[in-house]
Amino acid sequence: MAHKFARFFISLPGRLVRGLLTLVSWIGAFFKKIGSEIADIVQTFVHGDWKTRVSYVVMGFGSFARGQYLRGILFFLFQLVFNLYILFFGGSYLAKLGTLGTVQTTTKNRVTTYGDNSFLILLYGILTIFFIIAFIYTWRVNIKQNKISEQILKSGKKLQSAKDDLGAMADSQFHKTLLALPMLGIFMFTVLPIIFMVLVAFTNYDYSHQPPGKLFTWVGLSNFKTMLSVGGANFGSTFSQVLLWTLIWAFFATFLNYFLGMMVAIMINKRGIKLKKMWRTILVMTIAIPQFVSLLYVSKMFAADGLINTYLLKWGWIDKALPFWTDGTWARITIIVINIWIGIPYLMLIATGISMNIPADLYESARIDGANAMQTYAKITLPYMLFVTGPYLLTSFIGNINNFNVIFLLSGGGPLSMELAGNAGYTDLLITWLYKMTVNDTNYKLAAVIGIIVFIITAVINLTVYNLIPSVRNEEDFQ
Amino acid sequence: MAKEDRIPEVDIVVDHKAGVIREVHPPHKLRSRKGHERRVNASIYVVLTIISIIWLAPFVFLVLQSFRSYITENGGMVSYLIPKQFSLDNYRFLFQPESQYLRWYTNTLIIALFCAVIQTIMVLSVSYVLSRMRFRGRRFIMNMILVLGMFPGFLTMIALYFLLKQLGLTQQGAIPGLILIYVASSGMGYYISKGFFDTIPKSLDESARIDGATRFYVFKRIIMPLSKPIVIYTILMGFMGPWGDYVFASYVAFGKSESYNVAVGLFRWMNTRDLQGYFTRFCAGGVLVAIPITILFFILQRYYVEGVTGGAVKG
Repeated sequence: MAHKFARFFISLPGRLVRGLLTLVSWIGAFFKKIGSEIADIVQTFVHGDWKTRVSYVVMGFGSFARGQYLRGILFFLFQLVFNLYILFFGGSYLAKLGTLGTVQTTTKNRVTTYGDNSFLILLYGILTIFFIIAFIYTWRVNIKQNKISEQILKSGKKLQSAKDDLGAMADSQFHKTLLALPMLGIFMFTVLPIIFMVLVAFTNYDYSHQPPGKLFTWVGLSNFKTMLSVGGANFGSTFSQVLLWTLIWAFFATFLNYFLGMMVAIMINKRGIKLKKMWRTILVMTIAIPQFVSLLYVSKMFAADGLINTYLLKWGWIDKALPFWTDGTWARITIIVINIWIGIPYLMLIATGISMNIPADLYESARIDGANAMQTYAKITLPYMLFVTGPYLLTSFIGNINNFNVIFLLSGGGPLSMELAGNAGYTDLLITWLYKMTVNDTNYKLAAVIGIIVFIITAVINLTVYNLIPSVRNEEDFQ
Repeated sequence: MAKEDRIPEVDIVVDHKAGVIREVHPPHKLRSRKGHERRVNASIYVVLTIISIIWLAPFVFLVLQSFRSYITENGGMVSYLIPKQFSLDNYRFLFQPESQYLRWYTNTLIIALFCAVIQTIMVLSVSYVLSRMRFRGRRFIMNMILVLGMFPGFLTMIALYFLLKQLGLTQQGAIPGLILIYVASSGMGYYISKGFFDTIPKSLDESARIDGATRFYVFKRIIMPLSKPIVIYTILMGFMGPWGDYVFASYVAFGKSESYNVAVGLFRWMNTRDLQGYFTRFCAGGVLVAIPITILFFILQRYYVEGVTGGAVKG
């Protein structure tokens, strides 16, 4: 493994150069493609009949004139909607995208005159750009269809009827039918908001620039400077502490749970242990019960006046309440320990499922060789598990970087500290810090910066590991 | 050599250096090995019992405290575990209109039912297409979903909130708004069910297609009947998810207590209201949420285990 790592990092510069070259060649291919498309559009216009030429202005005209009424109407409706949208709605937002609005909201004699709303300008500006791209694409499809129809008619064949089109929706075009709704949902509620928030990182959108009362505008990279540089009112030192704790947490939450969960699975599955189903069921309780019930309750159990402290005091084991949630280091350890309680059952299930697949003759020959339980575990079970669950470890590590629920429900990110800026606490992960910035401080610009940084960290870890584990890459291997 | 032939039950080992088969455990050691095994098993039982106690304790405490009498004892956190007087005071409170608990419970149930249905349709559509069909743009869609998945989920919270606000789906309209948010991007969670579809042999589709079946027919009549475990797993996940969501639910319902789900309502009881008056009520409310979910989970546990294990191996 170490050898593999070394080789990976040595080859890194070469890979980067190769990646850049690929990118350049892609961009080249892209422009070439655009060029050939434009040439084709011109050609179609020059050689096409009048029906085709009218379609350049009125979309769907050609299809309609050739008897493909359904297609013609759909194309035409799309163009109509697009024109109306740009004329009455999108156009004005798009025009202001460069400044995010200039007209301030003013209040005179208790009458508020609303000016520009930077938020809506940004949101609808992005939407309009996407709509324009979609329109250009559809327009191109419309022209291509005319060309194909002309060719089909010239060769004496018949065009597809509306019935054929509908039939294709359930057969050769079935993927479009199935993907239409999910893709629309992903676009509207994931792609659009993500692009919006990424752009917010380059504006000064925060508590003192809140639409509709106030405008916000582009500020370039200054938010990244605030987040990453140290000293003054900058967040650099806090950021590095939160990042460090996030990584430490993700490491322990992933690997501690992994090994302990596997141990428990091995104990339960050992030959001669009875009531296997009962042990499993008891552990799985923590998965079944919603986390907000169990974690909120457990967090109160460890409070200063909670069950644990009161009983320890009552039994005289301690003199004063243990600072589970009030001391930074205590809180961090407590959270990692409680997370074991949550994590082991998942790993137990996974490990049980996988260990069933380990070839039994491996164990048989190990037994004949006189290996004891520890040796069998270290030489057979562990390597096999690591090999098979490599992808799981990766997703689990990244999942833990973003493990909001456990931190939020247990400690809420606390205890707070004077040393940390931006209301960050000792157990805050980047993701809970982002949440606090959004909800408590309405400091959207810095929340967006944290979001982008989390994305970069995730992407780097993913790329590194994908290059190290071959089993994740080849999708077709599983089929 | 003849000596070794006579004792077949004994463990033997091939000694490559000496080139002979050698016995490693004489009979008396075999007996002690059985004793050793018994000792190991006994200590495993001890460990498992301790683990079970730790795992069950919080739930037992939760149930015990939910039965503490609200009238004769304290409704907050106290220094003893077993109530002096068992009563249903806290449960009775939950069913009074002033607590709004039933309202929250119904809200969550409605959201969960809608999610279970719509999310399943979305997830199965995407995973079926990506598993069985090859078309232009397939790789692009998969890479796009992979990249989008690397952005932290809460990043887009305000953008989503204002999108919903434009549609009038916040506060009073929080229930349909939440369903929309949960369901809209659920197609991105296609990995586990795609992994399952990948295991169904493609020759099944192909022979049906040769017989003239449409893609839709293959999907409905051939793949779906074979996919019962993954369908049930997807429904289970869709149903259980909304019960635990606090973050989006509280943000979208913002201040309108009749639009809360149980998680938001109970979290408020626990954190922002007077805890001393609401602790045992929280316990009772938590028990009522946990019971149906736990029962459902254990009935369908087999499918959950299949989903989780398959997902872990395939990533």
